[in-house]
Amino acid sequence: MTRTKVEGDDLRVRQLKAQQLLRGELEGEDLEREVEQRLLFTKLETAQNWARKNALFPLGFGLACCAIEMITVIASPRNDLSRFGAEVIRFSPRQADLLILSGRVSIKMAPIIRRLYEQMLEPKWVIAMGACSSSAGMFNNYAVVQGADKFLPVDIYVPGCPPRPEALIYGIMKLQDQIMGDPAMGWRERYRAEGTEEPAGGVEELA
Amino acid sequence: MDATGLELIAQRVRESVGQDAVADTIFYRGRATLDVAPRSVHDVIAYLRDGDEEPWERLMSVHGVDYLPEEPRLGVHYELLSMERADRLNVRTRVTVDDPRLPTVVDLHATADFQEREVFDMFGVVFEGHPDMRRILMPEDYEGFPQRRDFPMGGEPVIYTFNEPKLPRWYD
Amino acid sequence: MTDEPAVTESGSTGERAGTMTEPLSVPYRERERSVTMEPMGEEHDELLTINIGPHHPATHGVLRLLTTLEGEIVRDVKPIIGYVHTGIEKSCEDQQYWKVIPFVERMDYLAYYFNAMAFCMAVESLLDEEVPPRAQWLRVIHLELNRIASHLFWIATGALDIGAITMLWWGCRDRDLALDLFEMSGGQRFHTRYFQVGGVVEDIPPGFEEMTRGFIKTMRMRIPQYLNLLDRNEIWLQRTKGTGIVPVETLLELGVTGPLLRATGHPWDLRKAMPHSGYEQFDFNVPVGTVGDNYDRFRVRVEEMLESLKIIEQALDGLPEGPYITGNRKVALPPRHELATSMEALIHHFKLVTEGFRVPPGEAYVAIESPRGELGCYVLADGSAKPARVHMRDPSFVNLQALPEMARGHLLADFITCVAMLDPILGGVDR
Repeated sequence: MTRTKVEGDDLRVRQLKAQQLLRGELEGEDLEREVEQRLLFTKLETAQNWARKNALFPLGFGLACCAIEMITVIASPRNDLSRFGAEVIRFSPRQADLLILSGRVSIKMAPIIRRLYEQMLEPKWVIAMGACSSSAGMFNNYAVVQGADKFLPVDIYVPGCPPRPEALIYGIMKLQDQIMGDPAMGWRERYRAEGTEEPAGGVEELA
Repeated sequence: MDATGLELIAQRVRESVGQDAVADTIFYRGRATLDVAPRSVHDVIAYLRDGDEEPWERLMSVHGVDYLPEEPRLGVHYELLSMERADRLNVRTRVTVDDPRLPTVVDLHATADFQEREVFDMFGVVFEGHPDMRRILMPEDYEGFPQRRDFPMGGEPVIYTFNEPKLPRWYD
Repeated sequence: MTDEPAVTESGSTGERAGTMTEPLSVPYRERERSVTMEPMGEEHDELLTINIGPHHPATHGVLRLLTTLEGEIVRDVKPIIGYVHTGIEKSCEDQQYWKVIPFVERMDYLAYYFNAMAFCMAVESLLDEEVPPRAQWLRVIHLELNRIASHLFWIATGALDIGAITMLWWGCRDRDLALDLFEMSGGQRFHTRYFQVGGVVEDIPPGFEEMTRGFIKTMRMRIPQYLNLLDRNEIWLQRTKGTGIVPVETLLELGVTGPLLRATGHPWDLRKAMPHSGYEQFDFNVPVGTVGDNYDRFRVRVEEMLESLKIIEQALDGLPEGPYITGNRKVALPPRHELATSMEALIHHFKLVTEGFRVPPGEAYVAIESPRGELGCYVLADGSAKPARVHMRDPSFVNLQALPEMARGHLLADFITCVAMLDPILGGVDR
């Protein structure tokens, strides 16, 4: 993004010029200079990513103890997710784009989470919050899926049991950086998973 | 509740339910346990609830235990509570893995509904007469009874440097 | 209890609604009463079974409710659980006794100190171990702080379900203050492994008492603010009064304990009836309700928060001096400074950390009063360093059986209020 620097003009003068610009009273050189000072030049993708990262809609999905910390992040005035534009929790997966998997994923719940993930619209991101969803945490047993990345592509892992609210916010900020960089291909490039955008047998097979 | 009180309760139960109902009494660290034969669990708990002069009206917990090296293996504990006297009594039965059937106490204490289902789910003890004997915690089509001691823990082997080359990787 | 809207003889709105001649002589509420809420027709045989699925904003955690509706009235509810079953009880059989404490803490994940307390008490009764008085009182302080934090979170999410969203912000804000105290003493906001077998892991740091007193003062100011916000709000009263009433005998049959039982007027509280860990030395009341509707449940829990503040204050005033963990080196780690000088301390430390202490064979069942009811812990020891069976009798698991009784015959919105006031914690339900 490029932007021409604003000269150190007096505030009143600048306001007057802006008024004239809006009324269409400027001509020629004056007009060009004023317009240049107010224009951003950027790529469409960058602007799109910037808008996406600053308006994440988390899916309201809490499983276990990490959900309490997630609700604390969203609802507590001390650690406030609204600063990052992500306080709108949508409970319908069709309207959400960030799935924060907070809590341990049991084998009974895994197909349901997969179905929720499939119902979300592209582009979508997944944060595995806490040790239990990143890697089954301390529960190395028959009832817990050993890491959510066994059935979901995860973008950000936030360790902790439960992670502090600041840690979750740091994870979301990292996700924002990731979105600015490279939204769609991201994890698929890293995991050599081209061609996995749709499940092999169709979406119905998962139901 | 002390050891003599427990013996008196056991005697009264034997008199009203049957001589072979109570197999044993245990009083350890302040906790009173009646060891009861499997077939008479329902009668004993019914007697303790209604017939006894010191009734035990509340059932607080039904849980299962696997005493693996000792036979019979599967135990079911019934924790009884008396709110009047603020006292607890434990009724315990043992069944074998080959014949894990017990009469249900849902008709006496409605609280046993979910708890007996959990004992069935985790240990395989079938409660006869229960209105809805299905798995409650594991998925419906799960095979095996997880909390028995010979059921494997499951999970994955943890990757250390000494076994990293030998374990299959997820992307193979 | 508010009056039910009565069916008037006039029935239709013709006479009662404001006509042109006398527009305002009929008060607003009277005009509303002409609209009845009875279902149309005698027997509606269209029963619709919907699935209030595991992923739903109103269920507290992953609870699946198969609801059979007739129109908008709930006829039957079947809760299906197991979606967060983690096999904690099975995992505990593989760990040493002190390693079980973090596992067991994660069951009822809002009342973590209570889980650890029940387990520690069970193991202490098996070991026949005495807990020093200072440790007992420190345990009481942390338990009551956790009770307040749990009730704050309950009121935050419960009010959110009913629609009073401000309580969410306020509840979480004050919960952060309590979690700061936990961080001060235990090092972590949640799931601090602060309670150990024999006492607590560390003494409270110097600023803890001041901060706790400040917290008590703040909460004494804020809880009346919550009541001001909710208790005089007509919508809140209409939604909670008179809904979700279950007779006492049914609740007792179902094994329900805790604030749900106390809301009906039955004063069963294990802190008073079978006190443990020094509770008999504190002077506090047990709030009970009268009718047993959702309003009573709400008020009982709010009053419990105030009583807990009293207990914490008394505990801080009279905190005895002394060791904070038992001196039995075979059970508790020796203090660090002894490791440099004493050989036995080193050996004990080594044995405890590598193998753990052994518990003589036996069984124990200990129950305490958690914010949701009676939390019991059953431990079977077989003489080795690992427990052979750990089972928690979780209050939410048993209280959930009361949900069909509470919901029958109510509208769907009242059913959601019932779920909110029932306060289920699915981690405890599924373990």
